[in-house]
Amino acid sequence: MEVRVQNIRKEFGRFPALNDVSLDIRSGELIALLGPSGSGKTTLLRLIAGLETPTEGTVYFGEEDASKKTVQERNIGFVFQHYALFRHMTVLDNVSFGLKVRKASRRPPAAEIRARALELLELVQLGGLEKRYPAQLSGGQRQRVALARAMAVEPNVLLLDEPFGALDAQVRKELRRWLREIHDRTGHTTVFVTHDQDEALELADRVVVMSKGKIEQIGTPDEIYDQPNSPFVFGFIGESNIIPVRVGNGQLWIGDRSIGVSASGEADGLAHLYFRPHDVELLDDSDGSIAGTVAVSRRVAGTRHVELDIGISDCRVEIELPPEMAAADGSRLAFRPTRWRLFREGAAG
Amino acid sequence: MTARTVRRWQFRQPSVIPGFGLALGVTLSWLFLIVLIPLSGLALRSSALGWEKFWSLATDERTLNALRISFGTAFAAAAVNVVFGVILAWVLVRYRFPGKRIIDAVVDLPFALPTAVAGIALTTLYAPNGWIGSLITPLGIKVAFTPLGIVIALVFVGLPFVVRTVQPIMEEIDKEVEEAAATLGATRFQTISRVLLPGLAPAVLTGFALAFARGVGEYGSVIFIAGNLPYVSEIAPLLIVIRLEEFNYPAATAIAAVMLVISFAMLLIINLIQAWSRRRYGYGA
Repeated sequence: MEVRVQNIRKEFGRFPALNDVSLDIRSGELIALLGPSGSGKTTLLRLIAGLETPTEGTVYFGEEDASKKTVQERNIGFVFQHYALFRHMTVLDNVSFGLKVRKASRRPPAAEIRARALELLELVQLGGLEKRYPAQLSGGQRQRVALARAMAVEPNVLLLDEPFGALDAQVRKELRRWLREIHDRTGHTTVFVTHDQDEALELADRVVVMSKGKIEQIGTPDEIYDQPNSPFVFGFIGESNIIPVRVGNGQLWIGDRSIGVSASGEADGLAHLYFRPHDVELLDDSDGSIAGTVAVSRRVAGTRHVELDIGISDCRVEIELPPEMAAADGSRLAFRPTRWRLFREGAAG
Repeated sequence: MTARTVRRWQFRQPSVIPGFGLALGVTLSWLFLIVLIPLSGLALRSSALGWEKFWSLATDERTLNALRISFGTAFAAAAVNVVFGVILAWVLVRYRFPGKRIIDAVVDLPFALPTAVAGIALTTLYAPNGWIGSLITPLGIKVAFTPLGIVIALVFVGLPFVVRTVQPIMEEIDKEVEEAAATLGATRFQTISRVLLPGLAPAVLTGFALAFARGVGEYGSVIFIAGNLPYVSEIAPLLIVIRLEEFNYPAATAIAAVMLVISFAMLLIINLIQAWSRRRYGYGA
């Protein structure tokens, strides 16, 4: 089901947690809300769920205004970071809980509830464990029970709050891939909150980057990574370098040295140059480049990370080179960014 | 597996925490001195009676009635305390209101107050000419000098046991569990009855056991309000005292031994239930 969030504002006391946020979620989409802690991503998720009420604004499920509905009436599936399983119930009872508490008129017969719960447990690869109690399961298994429980009510939208946050790295990676598979098979509209950008970029159809109660950018993982539209997104997603530069005569300058990047159409003045460590080309030490001495050189898996001192205090630049490229400490390197963006003073985050 | 991998059995696992021997030694000696020696003395005395004599003393009608009253009223009082103790703990854990700390402190009063004082106070209140007694006597309800009075006295002394065992477990309940139930469509009532209360069951059971055990052994507060009519409102501990005052030591020992056996059996059962629930749910009080 489509979910539309319109001009939502949420204040806790006098502190605004969300400020005029609007978001359209298409039916069947897998969307990630990504941001540092305190960015309001969990609040947004809980507002969609109905676990919080907005100070202002509306949430639509399809064409229906869901804002006035209670959590119970919204028919959503919610998965919590710490599972929130009912520990005195077996796995099977946990999963069938949502169906069992329905009014008699809407409740399927007991045999059907059982069959459906078992089917879901099969789907989350926990077949045969239905008689266990949550305490007898590993963290990853518990989270899968929580997901099965949320899906049992055939929710309008599936909401996951840092679903893998409490798990260790290995299990996390596995579950990530597995969640994508489940989503592709069941087609539930899904929104998940994460502060892990790898998770968001790998898993989601679209990523919503949030900061300080506002949406910074919405886009596919490619758009978010390749065309960040704000200094915050550039800095938050992936690795990035920031160099203070001056724009003049359609050129970028560091001090009185042109770095060989044309910036035609940019107004003159001070700006910050943003580029990613791997978006660089090495040059002979000539005019029209950024030059520096190697401060640190590290081999990280398939690339060599080199930190350069470029003669500006408090500003070290990190670039990535092929591993076979030797870069002795103290040697001189010159390079030019191939993809970059300029952000003006004041806009910088 | 080869014999090499079989570890020699060790009395204790190697540990960096020092003082195991000393601590265990002190614990065991203390336990023997304070609990086990007196109890085995009791067992010894009653076994010296001989089975026939013991049986006739233990099944004496007055004794049986006293035991029935003791265990029956303690059970009823513990049951009442479970209901209201859980509600009280819930209010203390869940809501903020002025005077909450005072109420929290008042719960402990039955721990601290000499039980005889409580007994006299309750008797004054519930006697036919007392504040409460004068109101309910016209309705045909007699409290003082009946088993009902005993139950009230035991409710008074047992309350903190339930509240204080349930309260910490209740505080641990994760808000997310309630939210999860709500997102799954459960009403508030369903959330409480199906999710929260069953989760508290082990703690409630412990509180019940403690209040019950306390009630069975209670003496001071009961003897004033009970009226102590043989066969009607005479509790077993009082009967023991009466027998002692008559220098009838065998009878006193026999009653005590029966109480010991019944109490032990009940605590054992409750502990087994708890161990079972702990195994299942991975937690317990």
